[in-house]
Amino acid sequence: MLKRLRENKSAQGTLLALPTTIWLFVLLIVPLFLTLVVSFGGRSPDGNVIFKFTLDNYARLIGFSTDCAAGQSTCFDPLYLQILWRSLTLAFNTTVLVILLAYPLAYFIARANPKQRSTYLFMVLIPLWTNFVIRVYAWMVLLRKEGAINIIIGTIAHWLGFNFVPLEMLYTPGAVLVGMVYEFLPFMILPIYTSLEKIDNSLYEAAADLGANASKTFAKVTLPLSMPGVVAGTILVFIPVMGTFIVSDILGGRQVILVGNLIQRQFLDARDPAFGSAASLILMVLTLIVTYFYTRKFGFGEEIVAA
Amino acid sequence: MNPHRRAPLVRLAAFLVYVFLYAPIIGLILYSFNASRTNVTFEGFITSFSENTQMDGSLVVSSPCGPFHWYCDLAKNDDVMAAAGNTLKIAIIATLISTIIGTMSAIALQRYDFKIKPFSQLALYIPIVIPEIVMGIGVLTLFSQLFTWANTAFNLSGDARLSMGIATVTISHIAFMVPFVTLVVQARLQGFDKSFEEAAMDLGANEWTTFRRVTLPMILPGVLSGGLLAFTLSLDDFVITFFTNGPGSTTLPIYVYGLLRRIITPQVNALSTVWILVVFLAVLALHILQNRESKERA
Amino acid sequence: MASEFAVELKDVVKRFITPEGNEMAAVDHVTMQIKNGEFFSMLGSSGCGKTTSLRMIAGFEWPTEGEVCIEGQAMGHTPPFQRKVNTVFQSYALFQHMTIFQNVAFGLEMEGVGESEIKERVGKALDMVQLTGMDRRKPRQLSGGQQQRVALARSLVKTPSVLLLDEPLGALDLKLRKEMQLELKALQQRLGITFIYVTHDQEEALTMSDRIAVMSKGKVQQLATPVEIYERPANKFVADFIGESNFLEGKLKSMSGNAAVVFVPLLNAEVTGLPMNKDLVNGSDVIVSIRPEKIRIVENQSGAGIFKAKVGTAVYIGSNTHLYLDLNGSRLKVMEQNRISSLDPNTFYVKDEEVLFTFPPENTLILKKD
Repeated sequence: MLKRLRENKSAQGTLLALPTTIWLFVLLIVPLFLTLVVSFGGRSPDGNVIFKFTLDNYARLIGFSTDCAAGQSTCFDPLYLQILWRSLTLAFNTTVLVILLAYPLAYFIARANPKQRSTYLFMVLIPLWTNFVIRVYAWMVLLRKEGAINIIIGTIAHWLGFNFVPLEMLYTPGAVLVGMVYEFLPFMILPIYTSLEKIDNSLYEAAADLGANASKTFAKVTLPLSMPGVVAGTILVFIPVMGTFIVSDILGGRQVILVGNLIQRQFLDARDPAFGSAASLILMVLTLIVTYFYTRKFGFGEEIVAA
Repeated sequence: MNPHRRAPLVRLAAFLVYVFLYAPIIGLILYSFNASRTNVTFEGFITSFSENTQMDGSLVVSSPCGPFHWYCDLAKNDDVMAAAGNTLKIAIIATLISTIIGTMSAIALQRYDFKIKPFSQLALYIPIVIPEIVMGIGVLTLFSQLFTWANTAFNLSGDARLSMGIATVTISHIAFMVPFVTLVVQARLQGFDKSFEEAAMDLGANEWTTFRRVTLPMILPGVLSGGLLAFTLSLDDFVITFFTNGPGSTTLPIYVYGLLRRIITPQVNALSTVWILVVFLAVLALHILQNRESKERA
Repeated sequence: MASEFAVELKDVVKRFITPEGNEMAAVDHVTMQIKNGEFFSMLGSSGCGKTTSLRMIAGFEWPTEGEVCIEGQAMGHTPPFQRKVNTVFQSYALFQHMTIFQNVAFGLEMEGVGESEIKERVGKALDMVQLTGMDRRKPRQLSGGQQQRVALARSLVKTPSVLLLDEPLGALDLKLRKEMQLELKALQQRLGITFIYVTHDQEEALTMSDRIAVMSKGKVQQLATPVEIYERPANKFVADFIGESNFLEGKLKSMSGNAAVVFVPLLNAEVTGLPMNKDLVNGSDVIVSIRPEKIRIVENQSGAGIFKAKVGTAVYIGSNTHLYLDLNGSRLKVMEQNRISSLDPNTFYVKDEEVLFTFPPENTLILKKD
């Protein structure tokens, strides 16, 4: 037995990979399949799933509501499409802002001398590893009407002799955007840093030698070579932003509803798992499409592992 | 030539981003010493000690713990302690299992050719390219359907009924942690010359001895950092836990989230501060570990 | 069962699947017999199958077809840890997490040798490679040459009947490499162990080996002593790979016993040479191979066997001058020893200057054109 296993390298490999593969199959692939099945089902009055085949959930998502005003059998309500669109634009805006903030910092760290570099990196890791929920809460403390930002502005205004009415910043779309940017910023810094750090110093010297000035070197050498990092970072930011519901839940109050909130509510408050499953599949397909086209254009680097 | 001496703008931008990263955390910590009970406004620090807590309206004037009033309060909170216990229990078990099976699959994927290899490798990327909430509701559906079926099929009732709890959270955590362990160990194995193992076998060690005496000691830093990463991911997880926990399996992130939707006292800040401190120490340890290793490698 | 041969490869084939999915024979029907106590080299450029052959002897790979025998015993799928051969790796493969002592002791520990005996034998092995007192250091603290010696000691301490060496000197600088070549040869002679040595460096192989197998494309091109390989290459590949050769095309005029007469159009003359292939037929196209050092530049001579050419380039490399002659548009390389000081302007070659040259016809080889 042992001798046969010893000679069969393929069986050894299979055996080693089997626990992980089974685990991932049962807990990632089977659930996805189940979600698909449930999304075609219906809802029983007590909130359970009725297994059947109907496209009602998807029809509802794209706006063909089933409970309309009296007398109408179908009517158009773009509520869910609006939610999808809001999530997409928020994810897009967040990603762009995060790139704009992360790039200079990553560049700064990558070009610092090696001793300081590890300290600077360490300083990025602390917020990254601070719990997600705590980080949202931290913004609550800052953004509140009686919060730190209003206090600071108020104090300055008072000194300057202005009359300052505290701003209502919490529970606004802006608060959600700031929260999202804050949450996902480290996930962009690390991959960009990784790809910048890989650039050999001699390339900068070669560019300078060939007559490129600082900004030309950046445009022709640094930026193209750091693109894999930006791509990896975008995937690490865009996908989670699309699905997160805590940030909008806490910083948006009930004002800003995203796909994540919609799905979460179907499973907890509204108790309509079938509709929630349909929404979550749409979310998945949407992110996969964006990721696919994005990575096909720019490639999929190893930087993704860096974070 | 120091390149960023010529780029003061880059320095300024980097500084501002650091301010952005740290201002909320510092604010959070400051508020944990807030005298105000409701934590809505900052009413100054609790400065004095006394045998009993003295209040002036909603203000804490003095406390046996002085400025650390809310920390003492936290230690007396059974819910927090239970949640912390659950979080650790889940993280430890999930880390052990995911590190072992993740390392095994990393070796398989890096060293062997086998039929299901492309499938195994592809499955690792699922948690990266799919929003966590999709995974969360997926496992929720899986467990709830499974439990409904089992409870009726075997006529289970009372305590015997299967329901969500620590087990479901742990099992689900392993599912999203394993890929990270595998990818980290795999990266480590990539720079690992196969000839070390061949040399050991050549000198008379069989496969198991070779693994124990040569492969494992050499990839241990990778396995450890994979395990540490998995551990922090588990401690930190909110979404998966949110959908798979049940009565009695509340973890700290879930507990904090629950508080945020109700009344917030500076206790939350105290809890957050302790947590940030723990994370700080863990990251520092990892940082030192990696630094020492990269020095040794050089 | 004792055997005359330390290692035997019997019609061995090793096929791999390339990443593109094609099947490729890395080793293609190789047969060789390596005698006891012999310093045997496998020589060839990368991808010629020499390392794969060595790995099959060590047991890291198993032949797709054929059989590897060690001391007369067929190895089949015997794993490396059950074979009586040991390997010195190109990368040394020293265990970085163990001290030098632990590295050398590892193999003995696996055999279950007692602690005191391990100490004694490791000490002796380290003495042998002149690393006395280094036993508590880590591999990283040693120089490349020292690491190489540790690798050697680690294998030799097990007193294998055959030692396999996979380009063990490849990572060392030239001077150290030359020293180690002589040292390895002396060590092998002293211990009387069979060495099987893989290298791409022909000088290294010629320096150390009793016999050499020149390999290319998974096949053995020639297996012979260093002198035979240089002076009597079996085919054009070997003549080209070992040392340098000028190849002139010609037509076979006649052949009798050990001499063949070939008409060479470039020289517009007939040349007598040694036929390397028995099945040459009169009138067939052949190649005349002449080593550059066998050609002499002469002055004021004429007659048969004296040819004219123009100087192309002259390269002075200290002990020798390499002269590239232009022979009616073809290049002919001549190697001249600088017996007298090259500072004398009379010895300079001027481009396009006409020179006369000659070579002893018995030192040319007639190869089959392929």
